[in-house]
Amino acid sequence: MEQEFQIKGTTLTIRLPKEIDHHNAEEIRGEADRILQRKLIRVIVFDFRETEFMDSSGIGMIMGRYKNMRFMGGTVIAVHVSERMQRILTMSGIYKLIDIYEDMPEQMKRTGRSR
Amino acid sequence: MQQNEMKLEFDSRSCNESFARVAVAAFLTQLNPTLEEVSDVKTAVSEAVTNAIIHGYEGKIKKIVIECEIRGRVLTVTVRDFGKGIADIKKAMEPLYTTKAECDRAGMGFAFMEAFMDTLEVTSSLGQGTCVKMSKSITREPNKYERQ
Repeated sequence: MEQEFQIKGTTLTIRLPKEIDHHNAEEIRGEADRILQRKLIRVIVFDFRETEFMDSSGIGMIMGRYKNMRFMGGTVIAVHVSERMQRILTMSGIYKLIDIYEDMPEQMKRTGRSR
Repeated sequence: MQQNEMKLEFDSRSCNESFARVAVAAFLTQLNPTLEEVSDVKTAVSEAVTNAIIHGYEGKIKKIVIECEIRGRVLTVTVRDFGKGIADIKKAMEPLYTTKAECDRAGMGFAFMEAFMDTLEVTSSLGQGTCVKMSKSITREPNKYERQ
């Protein structure tokens, strides 16, 4: 798989691929859930730096991870969001559930933990 | 007035989702669309094809047919499957409504098609299949090297 899954402390950073559709959203979902089952994760960071295309399958995949994390008391954020991706996230209403940052929040860069 | 048509038939495999939207986008380039217009059409095609794969055929490998037509500055795309059909189209088109929540479906497919295209028309009959017809007019003027 092209995208990378990085664990630092209790933060899982998912570097999303160039295009996210039903085909590879399934793969990301599978790998993310495997990690969530094995490790204690408090924050999922979706890193959009390379992403140019996403349809509603990507929204469903993020929403699903958000539900899992909320259930366990964790949070989900998105970083490096382009104008197009911002539009998709806004249209879907998911921006109300997850925080969007231009860059990785400072405290998370240092400790790998949130807040 | 410019006029052109193409037709595409492919297997309902999820790896063909990117093929389908890129093929339609390539056909559209003759109208000299903006990057945003290309992205809009790609997203709408991706949604329709994904619906056919997940809901129409429910994972079975059958054929999906895409027809594209350019008339003047308007692109019309028709995505057709011959799968199980939609019982209640009005309900299916409601944002957030999905019959497959357990598969992480957002229920946003038709809402995205509606948002990114100018028109959207869905016809379906149970056991026969579903046809999604959508169009978008490309606003930017053609450049002078455009093939006529």
